[in-house]
Amino acid sequence: MSSDVYNDGPVVHKPTFIDGSSVEIPQLKILKQDGSIYEGSDMPDIDEALAIKVYKTFAFHRVLDERMVASQRQGRLSFYMAALGEEAASVGGAAGLQPQDMIMSQYREQGALMFRGFSLENFMDQMFSNKKDLGKGRQMPIHYGSKELNYITVSSPLGTQIPQATGYAYGQKLRGLDAVTLCYFGEGAASEGDFHAGLNMAAVQEAPVIFFCRNNGYAISTPSDEQFKGNGIASRGVGYGIKTLRVDGNDILAVIKATQIARKVALKENAPVLIEAMSYRLGAHSTSDDPSGYRTREEEAKWQANDPILRMKNWLLAQNWWDEEQDKMLFEKLREKVLAAVKVSEKINKPHIDTLITDVYDVPSAQLKSQLEQVKAHINKYPEAYPFTAGKF
Amino acid sequence: MAKMNMLQAINSALDIAMSEDESTLCFGEDVGHFGGVFRATSGLQDKYGKLRCFNTPLVEQGIIGFANGLAAQGSRPIAEIQFADYIFPAFDQIVNEAAKFRYRSGNEFNVGRLTIRAPYGGGIAGGLYHSQSPEAYFAHTPGLKVVIPRNPYQAKGLLLASIRDDNPVIFFEPKRLYRASTGEVPIEDYQLPLGKAEIMQTGSDITLLAWGAQMEVLQNAADLAVNDGVSCEVIDLRSILPWDIETIVNSVVKTGRLLVTQEAPLTAGFASEIAATIQQECFLHLESPVARVCGLDTPYPLALEKEYVSDHLKIYEAIKRSINY
Repeated sequence: MSSDVYNDGPVVHKPTFIDGSSVEIPQLKILKQDGSIYEGSDMPDIDEALAIKVYKTFAFHRVLDERMVASQRQGRLSFYMAALGEEAASVGGAAGLQPQDMIMSQYREQGALMFRGFSLENFMDQMFSNKKDLGKGRQMPIHYGSKELNYITVSSPLGTQIPQATGYAYGQKLRGLDAVTLCYFGEGAASEGDFHAGLNMAAVQEAPVIFFCRNNGYAISTPSDEQFKGNGIASRGVGYGIKTLRVDGNDILAVIKATQIARKVALKENAPVLIEAMSYRLGAHSTSDDPSGYRTREEEAKWQANDPILRMKNWLLAQNWWDEEQDKMLFEKLREKVLAAVKVSEKINKPHIDTLITDVYDVPSAQLKSQLEQVKAHINKYPEAYPFTAGKF
Repeated sequence: MAKMNMLQAINSALDIAMSEDESTLCFGEDVGHFGGVFRATSGLQDKYGKLRCFNTPLVEQGIIGFANGLAAQGSRPIAEIQFADYIFPAFDQIVNEAAKFRYRSGNEFNVGRLTIRAPYGGGIAGGLYHSQSPEAYFAHTPGLKVVIPRNPYQAKGLLLASIRDDNPVIFFEPKRLYRASTGEVPIEDYQLPLGKAEIMQTGSDITLLAWGAQMEVLQNAADLAVNDGVSCEVIDLRSILPWDIETIVNSVVKTGRLLVTQEAPLTAGFASEIAATIQQECFLHLESPVARVCGLDTPYPLALEKEYVSDHLKIYEAIKRSINY
């Protein structure tokens, strides 16, 4: 029992509650919607090259989301999740890191992977679960991952990556690496037990992990006021003894600044940091969702006026780093490229039947081999019922 | 060689694993300075430091989530769950995460270096929540390995193999044997194979199969049956997943009869899986139905523990029923 909490702090002789809402948490804002900078702002480390890279990632993100939602509507793709309106959280997080830092994401952070160089073909092959998919066609669309780009493959269960990020970061610390782990999750996932487990263990075990909460107001249809009480997710960080920062999640400069400083603190102090980025999910939860059933057009319009991509464009124009003609060209070109890529990837064959049993273990067990042989014999008997694999092994 | 009990054998395996690889870590509730509530990790923090052997907060899902992250990173975590009865908060991290990490990523990532240790099984007057044998839940999960030793020699060799295996392994330690089971154990490093059963006694009339602490019970029953002129082949399955179908099939083809015993409840226990496979593979060789001698389909009781468990007398009676079928 060495903690100070047993003895420190003021003493009272009448019961005195501490109100949960008494914790005041400031919100970092650097960039205004018109592209100007708030006076007295601490700017992030960002030069023209990084700024243009971030903006091009934004453009790619928006075009890909737009085209893939359309492809799903046309019946070419089974499922998609767009990140309309909250791209700054994922792209800005990645832009504030170093390439050797690990990213563990939830499922709406494709922007971070784009920033790191996951190619259009990589995205397409995963979404069409063809044989070129790095994940071997095993997971639903948007479950990307890349060892080369230090981005752990997405898994559907919510919040499971949070204690894993703590462990990953602890391993980085033990090896003395100049690297941290950044872990994305939503405000809904912060209700999961794994969130509390991961934050508490990170604080106690002193792991250099950045917890990055994208608070976008909704968990599918559930608004955040039916998800948690108290002062947002940031107040939880304070409770766990974690350095916590709230930022405007639609302000790319604030997000990059917050991540850059969080990385420094995590490495220098061997300690976790929590960032809560306040934003809004302008689109549906997924292509299987329809937000008109649970929120108003007026509410959406309010947030449309806060578009993070337009905000950054205004800043770039003001810097004279970008112009309208370049902008038009970029979006046009991207739309053409994405359409062409869809046409290529959707025609690539499914993975080989043998990949049904590989990677369950490091080496397939005797039982698995025998089960696969039985399936193959069955396919040979009814080839017309299994067109993807019949005659291909 | 030295005389060791099972805890000492486990401690020796952990010591070897930590000394050979700086990235090997042992952690869990009370695992650090105290050395675990059963003292399996005794002395490891003093020897390897607080960064590699430490207490965690009281949160099983966090312990295994943390271990998954470490294993993905390339470290070699050995996570202790204080009792197998308390592994369920970590079920999602084991079943949805550890077991599927390699498959879902197309082998971009894996947590093959993970080992989970948990004291397991009954016989210590532990009642509902310090007695369970939850192996069947995990045997239903592709991607995991499940291993259960029967004595100190087996515990050390199987644990070292589990730690070095490139797949997530759940290592259940029959806690009734922790101090009760003693034997000669090599001080040096050795491994026993995973996925391989061991024939402990050859026989011709019936195959008796179990794992963990039930091996002792099974042997006692076999010793009773020999007085009736019944020749029993006694086999320790050792690995529940993947399990050694070939050794069991060969034995049953020879003897024509199989009895499986487990501490866990009857319905949908691992004995049921074995029975189904053996009737499939050995149907024309069977002289009697596959017998399962298991716990009742109740929570694990306290006052009536003796009545609940599959003891040597229940097994002996089942042997006779099988022979006289």
